[in-house]
Amino acid sequence: MNQQPAPSPSALPASLAANPKLSTWLKFSSDGKVAISPGKVEIGQGIVTALAQIAADELDIDLSRVQMIRASTAVSPNEGVTSGSLSIQQSGRALRHVCAEVRRIFLEQAAERLGIDIDALDIEDGTISGPGNVRTSYWELAQEVSLDRDATLSVTPKTVARRLLAGNSIPRIDIPDKVFARPRFIHDQALVGMLHGRVLRPENTRAKLVGLREDNVRAVVGLVAVVRDGSFAGVVAETEHAAEAALNALRKGATWSDGEPLPDEDDLASFLKAQPSESTVIGEKTAASPGTAARTIRRQYTRPYIAHASIAPSCAVAQWAGDRVHVWTHSQGVYLLRTDLALVLKLPVENITIEHMEGAGCYGHNAADDVALDAVLLAKSAGGRPVRVQWSRQGEMSDAPFGAAMVIEIEADLDERGEIIDWRHSIWSNGHAARPGRAAQPALLAAFELENPFPRIVSTNPPQANGGGGDRNSIPLYDFPSWHIGSHRLTTMPIRTSALRTLGGQGNVFAIESMLDEIAVERGEDPVAFRLRHLRDERAKDVIRAAALRAGWKPEKRPGIGHGVSFGRYKNTGAYCAAVAEIEGAEDISVRKLTLAVDVGEAINPDGVINQIEGGAIQATSWVLKERVRFDRRRITSTSWSEYPILRFSEVPEVEVEVIQRPDMDPVGAGEAAHGPVTAAIANAVFDALGVRVRDLPITRDRIIAAMELT
Amino acid sequence: MPSVRFRLNGAETDIDADPDRPLLDILRGQLGMTGPHFGCGAGECGACNVIVDDRAVSACDTPLWSVTGKDVTTIEGLGTSERPHPLQRAFIAEQALQCGYCVSGILMSAAALLKRNPSPTSREVKEALDRNLCRCGSHNRIVRAVLRAAEEMAAG
Ligand code: FES
Ligand code: FES
Repeated sequence: MNQQPAPSPSALPASLAANPKLSTWLKFSSDGKVAISPGKVEIGQGIVTALAQIAADELDIDLSRVQMIRASTAVSPNEGVTSGSLSIQQSGRALRHVCAEVRRIFLEQAAERLGIDIDALDIEDGTISGPGNVRTSYWELAQEVSLDRDATLSVTPKTVARRLLAGNSIPRIDIPDKVFARPRFIHDQALVGMLHGRVLRPENTRAKLVGLREDNVRAVVGLVAVVRDGSFAGVVAETEHAAEAALNALRKGATWSDGEPLPDEDDLASFLKAQPSESTVIGEKTAASPGTAARTIRRQYTRPYIAHASIAPSCAVAQWAGDRVHVWTHSQGVYLLRTDLALVLKLPVENITIEHMEGAGCYGHNAADDVALDAVLLAKSAGGRPVRVQWSRQGEMSDAPFGAAMVIEIEADLDERGEIIDWRHSIWSNGHAARPGRAAQPALLAAFELENPFPRIVSTNPPQANGGGGDRNSIPLYDFPSWHIGSHRLTTMPIRTSALRTLGGQGNVFAIESMLDEIAVERGEDPVAFRLRHLRDERAKDVIRAAALRAGWKPEKRPGIGHGVSFGRYKNTGAYCAAVAEIEGAEDISVRKLTLAVDVGEAINPDGVINQIEGGAIQATSWVLKERVRFDRRRITSTSWSEYPILRFSEVPEVEVEVIQRPDMDPVGAGEAAHGPVTAAIANAVFDALGVRVRDLPITRDRIIAAMELT
Repeated sequence: MPSVRFRLNGAETDIDADPDRPLLDILRGQLGMTGPHFGCGAGECGACNVIVDDRAVSACDTPLWSVTGKDVTTIEGLGTSERPHPLQRAFIAEQALQCGYCVSGILMSAAALLKRNPSPTSREVKEALDRNLCRCGSHNRIVRAVLRAAEEMAAG
């Protein structure tokens, strides 16, 4: 047995330290199944399957016996939020330890019951057997064993060689439901007596509701209630159709104030730099023997506000019973949402139950939490019936938080040989995080609209220890002799921002990797060789070499075709990823092919990792070529798919992914690894093809022409 | 209320509703079919796609009256886990989705394509799916799955 002395409790995986009781994570049910209850949620990333693989491996049971329980504040461990590519690290590690310990406890019980030495026992698909054909099982013993005890970490999980499922591309367990359209999404849930709600929101940003005539609404057949609390207004109706009709009538009767002004969308850099901000030194390195600068290169990079633009509008269902409320949500953090709802409702958290149901991919903090509060507020007028609220496409594109716009300035001092001797990187951006449940104030939209409103919170940045926010990935992974990295987080926030995939990582990797490319090219040095020369981490070098090899770096120069390379390690502590982009075109460019190599440590489900990387690469291509939240001085104007276009099937590049398996290394998430590297690889390929550096995202026809004019 | 008659997944269906209402409303509302998804309500994303006669259309901007006397197929009528459509088998084999919200509409566009063109090239698949949006970036897997289904259907 893999017995080891118990480590200190501080070595417990964070999720387990916070939720130590074994029974929180795992229960044997009487029908020969095992219910596994993680606190992380499925958001299309395949986490539920990867966690099931881990549990089945450690318990020695068939995967088909594992039942994955959806997160709920009623039963699940509190694992905070499903974000930051941390689920496999946090939930996976916790479950691995829990299952290993539970297996051991059952073996001890079986040894005692059967009178056989524990080392002579074996488990196969949950059946425990030993010499002389004696046998029992988890389910037989379940009555005798209490799992209401704390994890001790006294059992070492299996070694890599003894895991049967982890490391294999097991088909995802949620996919059949989705392909056969069995209701699985929150949008498709039908509860008995369910009503439908809609919320009225202003066109102009932060306009206040100054007048509301309700007479037209009252005439709508099927209307149940009109709700108003300050600037928050909505309707509840018997059907979705009636709710839409009532909302339209309500809109006609509404009078709004002017709202608050927005910045100039064509001059975001000046706007961001002129705002009051809080400055932080993110990293500093001093050279042992500073060189002499022969010259300094200074470049500015920008990225616009980017919408999460989930394919489904956000949706939630809420039902009151007296002073208790039950909420169904696709929020990424059921406990965090509960905290904020308790603040708004002024109720103890025990009165609120939050249950997760899948939504469409969210890519960060979108309107999932906002719509949950909308549903809770509207359901107060529903006489105890459940109320389903769904946002409109327009609402999803204008009222949900956006990924923050960024300006990044890099100055590099070069010596007379053109080597980098000092590197300075400054960021101006709103904070990248305003998730619920983290502050003394709620972060939910309707809370800012009530008659007695909560103050609008201004987004902040997670600390560097948690990967940072606007400053994520801003510390170079290269061996420059000295650097200074500074971040200026805006303390005003005319446009609402919060977590979008990678936070500041995409912008910072874009800036660093574009600048490096420029310096390498200027030196006449191959950009792959240049990067390898400045890296010490072999895992970093391996992904670059693998991507370069696979892409046949560097392909022969052909007119109208360009190739670019880039590298990043997500959060500087997570997945390594290198990308080679091949683009085609002149003023209108298309990305033909992306070749990526990635190292996520132990890839529990390699095809799942590839799926995540492919998806990230394609989404990043969409950000780079097309995406930019549009606004005039009063309102967000990119409120539909025609005003906020994303990449289409005919525009999607071929994507090849190589996974470097490291079964002995801790697994890390793959969902955010590709965005930064792909962004910079495309920009570098544009330079290779056209000889211009586009430093402002998105790289559109107009931006390319503007860059050409500058050259 | 006037009544509109059409065949829904093979079954004669009579609906009493305002004929100007979008078909998606009727399918998801009165008929309780949750396969076709709402994504934009403006014919711009394809999440709600169904097949009317032989063409994939967005149900959110198809008025009910326009399907009078026609054959409407939703994903519920495409296949079941017991008797899957080759496309459904292929989507599972290729693990051709992430969140999957877009997939019920995409399957219908693909089914309509394979009916009129049983052996499409990958370019033709992309063209046929160009009005379907996928935010997760599952495109390449989806194209592979459609090609795989076409091959399987050709092999009989
Ligand atoms: S919901 Fe019909 S096309 Fe988007
Ligand atoms: S798989 Fe999520 S939108 Fe297509």
